Amino acid sequence: MKLKLNNALAGWLMVSPLMLVLLIFLVLPILMILIVSFWRATEYSIIPDFVFENYEFLFGSPVTYTVFINTFKYAILTWTFTFLIGFTVAFFLAFHVRSLTWQVVCFLLCTIPFWTSNIIRMISWIPFLGRNGIANSALISWGVIDEPVEWLLFSDFSVVLAFVHIYTLFMVVPIFNTMMRIDRSLIEAARDAGASGAQILWNVILPLTKPGIMIGTIFVVTLVMGDFFTVRVMSGSQSANVGRLISNDISLLQYPSASATAIVLLLTVLIVIGILLRFVDIRKEL
Amino acid sequence: MKSTAEKLELVSVTKRYGSTVAVNAINYTFTPGSYTCLLGPSGCGKSSTLRMIAGHESVSDGSIHLAGRDISNLAPAKRGTAMMFQNYALFPHLSVADNVAFSLKMKGVDALARGKQANEMLELVDLTSLADRMPDQLSGGQQQRVALARALITRPQVLLLDEPLSALDPFLRIRMRGELRNLQNELGISFVHVTHSQDEALALADDIIVMNEAIIEQAGSAREVFNSPKTRFVAKFMGGHNVINLPDGEFAIRADGVKILTPEAGMIQANVSAIEYQGTHVSVLTKIAGDQEVTAIISDAEFFSDPYSPGDSVSLNWDKKNIHQLSA
Repeated sequence: MKLKLNNALAGWLMVSPLMLVLLIFLVLPILMILIVSFWRATEYSIIPDFVFENYEFLFGSPVTYTVFINTFKYAILTWTFTFLIGFTVAFFLAFHVRSLTWQVVCFLLCTIPFWTSNIIRMISWIPFLGRNGIANSALISWGVIDEPVEWLLFSDFSVVLAFVHIYTLFMVVPIFNTMMRIDRSLIEAARDAGASGAQILWNVILPLTKPGIMIGTIFVVTLVMGDFFTVRVMSGSQSANVGRLISNDISLLQYPSASATAIVLLLTVLIVIGILLRFVDIRKEL
Repeated sequence: MKSTAEKLELVSVTKRYGSTVAVNAINYTFTPGSYTCLLGPSGCGKSSTLRMIAGHESVSDGSIHLAGRDISNLAPAKRGTAMMFQNYALFPHLSVADNVAFSLKMKGVDALARGKQANEMLELVDLTSLADRMPDQLSGGQQQRVALARALITRPQVLLLDEPLSALDPFLRIRMRGELRNLQNELGISFVHVTHSQDEALALADDIIVMNEAIIEQAGSAREVFNSPKTRFVAKFMGGHNVINLPDGEFAIRADGVKILTPEAGMIQANVSAIEYQGTHVSVLTKIAGDQEVTAIISDAEFFSDPYSPGDSVSLNWDKKNIHQLSA
């Protein structure tokens, strides 16, 4: 009995550093945001209170819905492209690059863009995509187009492009990781049973890669839904997502309103992840 | 569901990996409808040979024929062979029934017919009650039966088994080898079984092919290979034999054919160097001239009626039928 008690105590002690960190840096801030979201604010003051007016305003405004739909649109588009590219790259690395050395080399190549900051990588698209940028001048000189294409920059296209550029690796890594754990004899067994390459991909590799895809999906979806900077820079402030709504509120010192939006966004993302996790068990991968 | 057995033939089959030769121009004709074991130490080329027959490894030179067709360059599923993998390679995301029906699904057979055929196969291996389980919920022996059913559902003319028993514990191994043998009898198709255990090969096989260093050392019926080894390697690897140098060459003598007599009474003088009691019998290690070791296996009753101890001088004798000259 005494030993059991000691064990329980030791267990609590062992997790306490992590718990402390999570408590101070995760739970407390979120609680704070939750509390502030019920406060009242005027143009020049913030009043501690318990009212629902921030939420009422949020759900009453058509802007909110547009912005949320926009956020989902970015998330879905980015997910689609990062998944397609990420799966292909991971598949190539895991199944076509035979030697470990080359796998490591290719993998490192994939990470090179990460040596520069996100912001710089994002901004460097601007001179490329701009009205008189490299892309337009090249297309004109090749005779593909007669005048500069307008939608290359400061559009949904450029926003999604930047997202895909920044986040594809978050898809590649977990998918590659899961693929490397697939027993190669399963592929031989499938071939022995008469499966074609496409059938092996669809019936064996894809289902076995699901946990990796799901982890990548969670990374990409949460990162895109929580982003505000990429959307601002790449859309030239012409479109908005929830992150921008929050950052605008903050810049106007409307903390209660920003908190309410943040709480709604947090719940939305949690619901999305909850739904995703119902489809795939990722515990084996962790 | 007995099918007519077809002839499988290897013609000068060679496998090279870069400059190393894994299988060196081997020729062999499998007896139709037989249980054949490919036996040899690791790295002898037996697995490469099996994988070439299955089509999971390309043939560098030579050809493989089954039922009169050259199958060397066909896709694995088009050869009329099916392979059972060493670790069974069951699809972890599919139920037992779906695993068994996998090849039918690939062929585009509809779900109902698939289920029916899979069920028949599961009946054959006595697993119908576990059809809905996932592979990780099965024991090793059950997994093996699923792998068998999955391979057999393609109606192969030859079933290839890559060390099928090595993943099982010793007790289960003995039970499963009995089941394999019964299944082969029942189906009447050829089984080609790769193993490194001579016990397994002797217990299972009609024919044994002993491989060493990329070539076939000896092939023949199990009894023939054990009883009259042609080379030193086969005699040593199959066990149960002493290999000794006599003035007129190298010979293999069955250990249980060596008799121990009083000094002077036998053909060769020897000194007992060790005794090992092994339950039903006793191994007596002796040394003859030239420091060569000869083991005699005698029944425990015989031994204990007249026991020897290390250091005793004895003489050895054997019947002509128990001694074979070796070629190398």
